[in-house]
Amino acid sequence: MSELLQFLFSGVTVGAVYALVALGFTIIYNASDVVNFAQGEFVMLGGMITWAAHAAGLPLPLAALSAIVITSAIGVAMNKLAIEPARGAPVVSLIIITIGASIFIQGAAQIVFDKQIHSFPAFSGDAPLRVGGATILPQSLWVLGGAVVVFVGLWVFFTRTLLGRAVLATSNNRLAAQLVGINTNFVMTLSFALSAGIGALAGALATPITLTAYNVGIGFALKGFAGAMLGGMGNPKGALVGGFLIGLIEALTAGYLSSTYKDAAAFVVILLVLFFMPQGLFGRKSTDRV
Amino acid sequence: MKKTLSTTALAAIVALGAGSAALAEIRIGASISATGPAAFLGDPEAKTLELLVEELNAAGGIDGENLRLVMYDDGGDPNRARTFATRLIEDDEVVAIIGGTTTGTTMSILAVAEDAEVPFISLAGAIEIIDPVRPYTFKTPHTDRMACQKIFEDIQARGFTRVGMISGTDGFGASMQAQCKQVIGDYGIELVADETYNPTDADMTAQLTKIRNTAGIEAIVNPGFGQGPSIVTRNYKQLAIDLPFYQSHGVASDGFIELAGADAAEGIRLPGTALLVANLLAEDDPQKPVVDAYKTAYESHTNSSVGTFGGYAHDAFLILTEALGRADATDPASIRDEIEATEGLAGTTGIYTFTPEDHLGLDLSAFRMLEIRDGAWTLVD
Repeated sequence: MSELLQFLFSGVTVGAVYALVALGFTIIYNASDVVNFAQGEFVMLGGMITWAAHAAGLPLPLAALSAIVITSAIGVAMNKLAIEPARGAPVVSLIIITIGASIFIQGAAQIVFDKQIHSFPAFSGDAPLRVGGATILPQSLWVLGGAVVVFVGLWVFFTRTLLGRAVLATSNNRLAAQLVGINTNFVMTLSFALSAGIGALAGALATPITLTAYNVGIGFALKGFAGAMLGGMGNPKGALVGGFLIGLIEALTAGYLSSTYKDAAAFVVILLVLFFMPQGLFGRKSTDRV
Repeated sequence: MKKTLSTTALAAIVALGAGSAALAEIRIGASISATGPAAFLGDPEAKTLELLVEELNAAGGIDGENLRLVMYDDGGDPNRARTFATRLIEDDEVVAIIGGTTTGTTMSILAVAEDAEVPFISLAGAIEIIDPVRPYTFKTPHTDRMACQKIFEDIQARGFTRVGMISGTDGFGASMQAQCKQVIGDYGIELVADETYNPTDADMTAQLTKIRNTAGIEAIVNPGFGQGPSIVTRNYKQLAIDLPFYQSHGVASDGFIELAGADAAEGIRLPGTALLVANLLAEDDPQKPVVDAYKTAYESHTNSSVGTFGGYAHDAFLILTEALGRADATDPASIRDEIEATEGLAGTTGIYTFTPEDHLGLDLSAFRMLEIRDGAWTLVD
């Protein structure tokens, strides 16, 4: 029993990280149908800037905050310098641009920071919490809490606020959105700032568990992307559930079957879900207008 | 084609002979993975080489001739390593090459260097590099197999017979896992659990729980490098496992203790080099002067602590420059012969003695079994 509980805790720890990254994908996707492959770099920047600021003497909360603000600014710059100039381009081209931006950010990070692995202290200490013979680190609860808070925030944003609806409207039909008075440029800028901020938050929360280096972004982006696809791209609920599902499948496979197959098991589940439900578990049904 | 290539290269080298004599400089080449997935290893190697060349030239070079280092960053990509090796030999006209941070890049450089008959000292771990022995290829790091042997020797001495392994699936971890499985039987030890993790995984408690619950398990070994072993170590502490725990030489640096946390790393043993315990070496230890000198120079130059991998580059450079001093520095064949004649040369990794049958030149004594106590390395005897 305690064994199962430990596997579940392991899955929840990893799943919360995936979910937090997956949530970051939703805003930009909702605003523009673009899957932002630089999302993982935002997570990396969140971790690296927090580390650098903390090492420079800032207290941890302030360091994390500065990481979120700076990364948001980088997100805005990426939109202004790389995405906006290519506004008329098809979505696929924009996605390729985000891959380019991701490589650029990674390259810049290894010059600005360094190539070593870094970490900073956990927010509430390293003493594991014991529950029923299994253990979980307090930092896992921080990540878990972060994922839930971001999820609730996004859900409220998209369903209860005018701005959130404006984002959805922009994604649906940019021209029509402009005609009803939505400043689509502002919506895009905002969505990049928010996505980058969420990514940086994920990085700041997860780094005491996962550690960080200039090249961790790709790994985060892939797992987060898989989580978002499984749950349904663009839906915060999907991102949350998808991220946790992948984490749990991995941990349970590693625990009960063999760690050799844990990634394969996760991907088999993703393939099966996408085969029978191409929109993911909670995705919007796509309807073609004629 | 091959013939033309090597003739061209030979012609280039002959031309270099004339050229470099006039310029009074010796050119050596390096292809290091200073960026990319192996930057972790390549970065200190590149810094070490730059530092040593600077030091050597400031001290008057080799026989009054300045040493020039032509260094490329292959980013860990074997294809680029091959291109750079070709460029080093044909365009930059170097007399010897250091490099190949990873086994993959080493294998590409090796092919080019052997073809052109240019001495090559690799910084990568795999035994395949020097077994079978190739005339122009040498290497400085211990092999993974030696690390396994050192660990199992210690486990055997402590009277344990049932061991579990948790290995990274990266190149280093996978290779060492395979080597360990080959030699484990020689020590009368049984492998009772064999789990893996991805180098980017965030949590290994599932694997560790499974290993801990294996009946009769007495010790755990973790082959891997990068952040994986640090996370495994933290999880080990989180689960409060009290079995003896062994890491590999892949994490033998102060950075590991820092990342894993001194508390979590307490009691961990690993095979490491003299470099890590410079302050604990006996005054009459033949490695002490060279280890001290390198440690002081590297740490004041880069503001970061020395690691095993920078030490590999240091030793390669030392072996090469010693050989250059004895050889006709314009003739690669003569340099090769002098490298092979290296005997009893104390480096940071161990004491090198090459023979025509042994292009690694180290034995198990080069490894020292270290234990982490109160956040610092101690020697186990």
